[in-house]
Amino acid sequence: MGNSSMSIGRYAIYACLIIFAVLYLMPLYVMITTSLKDIEEIRQGNLLSLPAAPTLYAWAKAWGSACTGSECEGLAPFFFNSIRIVVPAVLISTLIGALNGYVLAKWRFRGSEFLFAALLFGCFIPFQVILLPMARLLATFGLANTVTGLVLVHVIYGVAFTTLFFRNFYVSVPTELVKAAQLDGANFFQIFRHIFLPISLPIFTVTIIWQFTQIWNDFLFGVVYSGQGTQPITVALNNLVNTSVGGKEYNVDMAAALIAALPTLVVYVLAGKYFVRGLTAGAVKG
Amino acid sequence: MHQNVKKQSVLDLLEAWLPKIIMAPTTLAMIVCMYGFIAWTGALSFTKSRMLPQWDFVGFIQYEKLFANPRWDVAMSNLVVFGVLFIAISLLIGLVLAIFLDQKIRGEGAIRTIYLYPMAVSFVVTGTAWKWILNPGLGIEKMVRDLGFTDFEFRWLVDQEMAIYTIVIAAVWQSSGFVMAMFLAGLRSVDDSLIKAAQIDGASAWQSYWHVILPILRPVFFSAIVILSHIAIKSFDLVQALTGGGPGYASDLPANFMYTFAFNRAQMGIGAASAMVMLFGVLAILVPYLYSELRGSNRG
Amino acid sequence: MLNRSIAACFAAASLVALPVQASEVEVLHWWTSGGEAKSVASLKSSLEKRGVSWQDFAVAGGGGENAMTVLKSRAVSGNPPTAAQIKGPDIQEWGELGFLASIDDVAKKNNWDGVLPGVVSDVMKYQGKYVAAPVNVHRVNWLWANPEVFRKAGATIPTTWADFMVQAKKIQDAGYIALAHGGQAWQDNTVFEAVVLGVGGAEYYKKAFVELDMDALNSSTTDEVFKVFGELRQFIDANAPGRDWNVATSMVINGEAGMQIMGDWAKGEFAVAGKTVGTDFVCVAAPGTSDGFTFNVDSFAFFQQSDVNKQSAQKAMAEEILGTNFQEVFNLNKGSIPARLGMARAKFDTCAHDSMNAFVSTAQSGGLVPSFAHGMAVPGAVAGAITDVATNYFNSDTSAADGKAQLVAAIQAAM
Repeated sequence: MGNSSMSIGRYAIYACLIIFAVLYLMPLYVMITTSLKDIEEIRQGNLLSLPAAPTLYAWAKAWGSACTGSECEGLAPFFFNSIRIVVPAVLISTLIGALNGYVLAKWRFRGSEFLFAALLFGCFIPFQVILLPMARLLATFGLANTVTGLVLVHVIYGVAFTTLFFRNFYVSVPTELVKAAQLDGANFFQIFRHIFLPISLPIFTVTIIWQFTQIWNDFLFGVVYSGQGTQPITVALNNLVNTSVGGKEYNVDMAAALIAALPTLVVYVLAGKYFVRGLTAGAVKG
Repeated sequence: MHQNVKKQSVLDLLEAWLPKIIMAPTTLAMIVCMYGFIAWTGALSFTKSRMLPQWDFVGFIQYEKLFANPRWDVAMSNLVVFGVLFIAISLLIGLVLAIFLDQKIRGEGAIRTIYLYPMAVSFVVTGTAWKWILNPGLGIEKMVRDLGFTDFEFRWLVDQEMAIYTIVIAAVWQSSGFVMAMFLAGLRSVDDSLIKAAQIDGASAWQSYWHVILPILRPVFFSAIVILSHIAIKSFDLVQALTGGGPGYASDLPANFMYTFAFNRAQMGIGAASAMVMLFGVLAILVPYLYSELRGSNRG
Repeated sequence: MLNRSIAACFAAASLVALPVQASEVEVLHWWTSGGEAKSVASLKSSLEKRGVSWQDFAVAGGGGENAMTVLKSRAVSGNPPTAAQIKGPDIQEWGELGFLASIDDVAKKNNWDGVLPGVVSDVMKYQGKYVAAPVNVHRVNWLWANPEVFRKAGATIPTTWADFMVQAKKIQDAGYIALAHGGQAWQDNTVFEAVVLGVGGAEYYKKAFVELDMDALNSSTTDEVFKVFGELRQFIDANAPGRDWNVATSMVINGEAGMQIMGDWAKGEFAVAGKTVGTDFVCVAAPGTSDGFTFNVDSFAFFQQSDVNKQSAQKAMAEEILGTNFQEVFNLNKGSIPARLGMARAKFDTCAHDSMNAFVSTAQSGGLVPSFAHGMAVPGAVAGAITDVATNYFNSDTSAADGKAQLVAAIQAAM
């Protein structure tokens, strides 16, 4: 275990990590550089070259004036629609997941494990299958094509994963603590509030980040269940990029894709550390 | 006193039922919105529905048509190839990177962020970006040729046999960072004393990993496989954006098949049948796995 | 968006003397590019002048695939949009399901039967009553060529498929790509359709691919069709799969390739690139189809509404669509020709004039056929089956005999 052999080993490790880092960054690099080039340079040039004369034309157009239908107002209005949809959906599904996880971890009853397994398995339905029956269901409750309806759909199909995360996390809390608190006379909610909630920051972080990503990036539910003037940004991005005729402005397409991805990217960059911390604290341990 | 006891027992009763009351909304939603809809789809697969559901029952005809359709064979075999490769490679890369990152690396935070960020990006964006990169005329092949290697070929994207592997590449790129994060978290929570004990017993680094640490990470493997399988089955957007199912229909996956037939070809009956077959396939593989792992974790 | 529409509505209402309620049309479509937005803008403004506001409901992707999914879920949940971009036999399918509203009174008032050819108006009707309004007529069987490439290769523009093979070889030998092609399923199918019409003729086309007559499909003509289609594989470049159609057109525009087989919307690409017809590019009928016209008609179908205001808004929209003003502006922008016969021709270019002439003459001669590659001839299930076979055949080295067998099996399974 001499110093030199360790160094070689460590160099190998660093080299490997850096190569992978480059591979992971490459698509982002391509997208950013393309969004800064003008259209001629894209047609003639090399995918990986730096922009010769960087311009923000594509970004301005994607945000404010690109056509997403017969309206040409760019992605801006849809950005705020997405926020209106994502924030309640994330909060509600996380809260429900927390309570469910708490129950499944420490308040098991006969059949609760089966319920958990059934919940997990239910995640595997391809969402295309539920489109029509859900539309009918929402209509019966008068929620067709409303923001509330769309939020409800996201909550219903997000609860399985949030429950998984919280249950796995809470399972590692010693049951003795719960029993001791019960002996002290604390009830269900008091135990949750005083014992579980204080330690739950990491798992809340993980769950919120995960749900935010899933719901912000969702297209299928967004396009089917949103209503007039409440379509999320993924729908607008799809309209912008998937034009059936007309010259494609690849730089605008890339800028638009980056704008649509910006919130989730920011979340991962800023909160990535907490994400791993949360996972460390047991989000996905047995 | 009597009243207090009564009040107490009512509250106790409530408290005993509270866990079930809490789980009730989720259970109801699950029964209706997951299993209810699966049953609806199952029923639909026995009808001759075309554009919209029509409840004229016709037996197994839709399933016969499904299995006679060459495109379905391609889709199913693609799912197996894609699923196995995607899960295996993501697990491998995630584990290796996590082990490396666990070695007290300088700049770990930055590198970890770089590995994680692809997860933030939607499949549509991933597919579009990789479509460019893998395009022979615009992407890697052109770049390497421009560098002087004029015979370099990398045309998997446009090759019938190889197109499905491009989807593997893009999907692994997107998800392996998340797997890495999960393994890293798992590794960090392994007790140091265990490793030290193994080393005292004379195990090399490699052996201590293989025999001591990996078994402890088994629950992480479980969660990772569940999440990765979930992503694999849902990989609809990625295929649409990256290859459109092409060349021809060589890179079609069951979710795309189902969508196309149910919604674009006014063949809801076959679409429903394909969804049921897909679900049963997944059931056959995942249920035994879920069962064994969950029972194991209960005992453990 | 909603506020603007309401504001526009009030503004319009204040201009019109008649008492107008805030009526609006919610229109589902997938025209999301800048050019298309311009085309729709004229319809929007003329509707606004009548006090009808336009609620845009655009869903791009797959040439309408995503839009159709959304439409179905809206129908199932009981609130379909006022109008949707539906074309071909799908109109009849929606009619059968009972969703469409009749606009026959508007049609009679404006003499639609008189200004539309029979083949087109039949598609717009359900059980004899108009339920949809045609916006344009696209001709699909065009061959676009770069004369400079031909000159350099010493080739001539082919008029039959046999000749095509000869000329394409010359172009290839001269170092150019003979046929610019985008390897997407619908494009493969578009070329296949041109081969069917060129090799088999209009009668065969109608019998086999519209009426789905098994004898015609099993005939030796089908063998020949697949043989010719298979020979085309060698004339496209290896990077074709996945390529968008307009990128293929640009290959012809900048002289990399000699020809492209594509519908008349390709003309727009040449126009945007500043090319002039005759000198920079040439439009001729696809080989063997000079007395044939494969048509693709975009149209808006109207869904039953309970609100009286919405009903009157629908009728206003239907009327505007077949009005001469919209027909001219829209089609000038889009590269197609008006669905309405007898329009003034002055503003249209020579390719459009050829198209208009062919439209009239083939309507009389029987060479006017609906495009199966673009959803005009057969129901979605059959069209999809044909697409699968054609694209799989083109991208593999399946033999012609196997191709025919697959086609017959697929169509039978889909019927």
